[in-house]
Amino acid sequence: MRNTLATKLLFELSQPGRRGGLMPACDVPEHSVDELLPGACVAAEPPPLPELAEPDVIRHYANLSQQNMSVDTHTYPLGSCTMKYNPKRNERFAALPGMANVHPYQPDESLQGMLQLLYEVQQILAEIGGLDAVSLQPAAGAQGELTALLVAAAYYRDTNQTSRRKVLIPDSAHGTNPASAAMAGFDTVTVKSTPKGYVDMDDFRSKLDETVAVFMITNPNTLGMFDRLIKEIADAVHDAGGLIYLDGANMNAILGITRPGDFGADMMHYNPHKTFSGPHGGGGPGAGPIAVRSKLEPYLPSPVVVKEGDEYRLAFDRPKSIGRVRSFFGNTGVLVRAYSYIRTHGPDGLKRVSENAVLNANYLLSRVKHIFPVPQGDRCMHEFVASASSLKSEKGITAMDIGKRLLDFGFHAPTVYFPPIVKEALMVEPTETESKASLDSLAETLFRITEEDAEFLHEAPHSTLISRPDEVKAARDPVLSWQPGTQA
Amino acid sequence: MPYVLNTPQDQADMLAAIGVSSVEELFEMVPAELRLDRALDIPAAMSEMELTAHMQALSGRTRNADDTVCFLGGGSYDHFIPAVVDYVSGRGEFYTSYTPYQAEASQGNLQAFFEYQTLITQLTGMDVSNASLYDGGSSASEAVLMCIGATRRSGKVVIPACVHPEYRQIVETFLTNLNVQVEVLETPEGLVQPDQLASILDDTTACVLFQQPNFFGGVQDMKELVEITHKAGALAVVAVDPISLGLLTPPGSYDADIVVAEGQSLGSPMAFGGPYLGIMACKEDFVRRMPGRLAGQTVDRRGKRCWALTLQTREQHIRRERATSNICTNQGLFALRASVYLAQMGPQGLRDVANLSLQKSRYAAEQISANERFSLAFDTPTFKEFVVRDAAGEVESLIKHALSQGYFAGVPLGQWYPDMADCFLVCVTEKRTKAEIEGLATCLAQAPANAAAVR
Ligand SMILES: Cc1ncc(COP(=O)(O)O)c(C=O)c1O
Repeated sequence: MRNTLATKLLFELSQPGRRGGLMPACDVPEHSVDELLPGACVAAEPPPLPELAEPDVIRHYANLSQQNMSVDTHTYPLGSCTMKYNPKRNERFAALPGMANVHPYQPDESLQGMLQLLYEVQQILAEIGGLDAVSLQPAAGAQGELTALLVAAAYYRDTNQTSRRKVLIPDSAHGTNPASAAMAGFDTVTVKSTPKGYVDMDDFRSKLDETVAVFMITNPNTLGMFDRLIKEIADAVHDAGGLIYLDGANMNAILGITRPGDFGADMMHYNPHKTFSGPHGGGGPGAGPIAVRSKLEPYLPSPVVVKEGDEYRLAFDRPKSIGRVRSFFGNTGVLVRAYSYIRTHGPDGLKRVSENAVLNANYLLSRVKHIFPVPQGDRCMHEFVASASSLKSEKGITAMDIGKRLLDFGFHAPTVYFPPIVKEALMVEPTETESKASLDSLAETLFRITEEDAEFLHEAPHSTLISRPDEVKAARDPVLSWQPGTQA
Repeated sequence: MPYVLNTPQDQADMLAAIGVSSVEELFEMVPAELRLDRALDIPAAMSEMELTAHMQALSGRTRNADDTVCFLGGGSYDHFIPAVVDYVSGRGEFYTSYTPYQAEASQGNLQAFFEYQTLITQLTGMDVSNASLYDGGSSASEAVLMCIGATRRSGKVVIPACVHPEYRQIVETFLTNLNVQVEVLETPEGLVQPDQLASILDDTTACVLFQQPNFFGGVQDMKELVEITHKAGALAVVAVDPISLGLLTPPGSYDADIVVAEGQSLGSPMAFGGPYLGIMACKEDFVRRMPGRLAGQTVDRRGKRCWALTLQTREQHIRRERATSNICTNQGLFALRASVYLAQMGPQGLRDVANLSLQKSRYAAEQISANERFSLAFDTPTFKEFVVRDAAGEVESLIKHALSQGYFAGVPLGQWYPDMADCFLVCVTEKRTKAEIEGLATCLAQAPANAAAVR
């Protein structure tokens, strides 16, 4: 059934003379290009793009799409990524003309519906986070982290505390945390975790001093555990004059249950493309709105949306602002989808989301803990991390083998080898939009795989379009674009 | 709860299997004193039908390029989007998938990214493209960081005033804590003057961030500017409008080191500023400093050609604080949109879009400046944008008037350039018709003005 002709590269499908998009004739008096532009600036030929007709393009991409697993088609228990169902109404709303065809430099008076929506998103995200002020500008979680750290740096500069150079980050943290801290110009200091992923309090205390600017913490943490000592940690950081940053990638576990601001966070980001159902788009887009306490509000990027009487406007006149981290307002289209999702649920609905996400994860955990050791124990929040390390030592079966073999059974693999503190980690996040039946099937499949022959598993997957790619070759002599004259 | 599948019976069965009596018990880990003891104070739930009405009302209170003739540009453009783009990016197998970490289950995305990278190198004439960054502005700032690393020069970076002012603001934000200065090269004539460029560069300059066409629409020979930059030992970053490359010489031909672009004009809606597409392409030498994901060609165990993410040791999930960037989630779906757009347009289609934009924009410049109240601020060749000076100096009321007549007339420039408070930037894409252009010119000519101010 595979159409291998249509999935040749665009460049291999190209036929000189084929045309897809045709433009109308020019309806204004036309000059020769050389009259209008300096000769040195004009290319003799248009760029050497492929030449295709519209049916070529559609058949090519329709066939390529079928080579992907996706949330619409498969269970996708990818830990930390919250691969929940992406509601179709969100897409329809984002395509409305007053959402999609709006230019970012329109006058405020022409933007009242859009600004109202964004203003409400600011309010809602402040409330869910238990914080005071929101910037919708960051384009993804990582950019939210960076933005908040730049806000913290501006706050310290403004209050003459520039000796605060350190950012504490647990060894279980996502890689974006230390990378963001480095980009913001801070020195990173790693804090150890206990086997359950909690902050190692002795190590933490030994590293906390008056040079600490920010402690970046993920709670629930990357093992899917809520750190009970969070308030104690936050109080200690605050007593030392530092700030707490909450990596909000795991908000799907705690909506309406507990709020970062209430457990001590001063700043946080959301990943609306996880928690609030923005589709992941094969890698993006996302958005990374941040929420902060009021003392940090003056430093947020500009503009923010303000309401005066019944009018909404973009406020740029914010002298202490860090400036900008991206052009225009932000990833508005993702925020429109998040708004649609939140308004679909309301306060009770969001709480039910978290309850069911946690229920599904615990149920799955109860079904797989007999198969794989789960170092964190019997309970989790919205995700858990199982370890294949005993399978590896006994039979040579790795986490990667298991992930790959799951593909054969129509399940996307869990996140493997993350967080770094668990050996042979399989990080499983079912989300609330999977059924008991699909979780049962996933658990049974995992069990079945552990009974399989190790050699057979090393060769998995067996039924996908390709077998395992040679990644060493890909990195050793990188081929990053198609070259004319090369053959399939 | 439209998206949860668990029935009350399922929940009871699952709780029993777990060995707890209530969902509440599952949250024991969260200390009671940290719990929210009330409902979230957010608006109540709405059915799909109610929400549809609400969203339509919000949309209805937002003017847009469907109901108002759009002459706005400055990095976000009302270009035509062929239906094929929406069809492909609307396929759930694309838009509901994740980053292709599991190559065997993501060949569609990986091949699409490999094709995107190739298309961008064809467009720019550069060696390598990544698989996307967030937007044009953050691509520019990432490029500047690459240059600081590659040259080991951390004194300053130079940005001409005719580069998008928001790009400059972003670079400034990124560099504040890294102790690298941003030096602005004034461009009173609307273009970079080679001798002034030469005199501002020194041996601590990491790079110059150029833009072609620049923020004012101006086009100039880039070769000399890049040579001057290289002579000073600095690198040349060039921000381009990808549509312009249907006509203009590719930056690879004038030896640019890194090319960045806002890719929105390649088939993505304006959507009030995002999500867009950060394009970045560079010379081979810099590939290991590049931020973001790269799809590479390889073979599988049976020797079959396939694709996988590669050179990941640059990235945050491997290298943590020593990564080339913190970027994780990128703009994959918008890279896909750009690819479909370019595949559909092809070389001739892209040239046609560029030429129509050029011709129509020239016509609009002539029509608007035919009235004595208006003149072109710069005497330079331009591509699809140009700066109009209002002798009455009443840009704000002019824009308001035009809006009341159904036009987004232009972007006022005083917000970024205090000495250009009497100027606005007009953009004309291939979508604007002769009648719309003449309509705008007439509307501006008839706008009320404080007569005394008109010379
Ligand atoms: C725990 C955690 N933190 C931060 C991030 C970064 O967010 P983004 O990918 O939106 O930049 C992720 C996303 O993968 C994550 O899982």
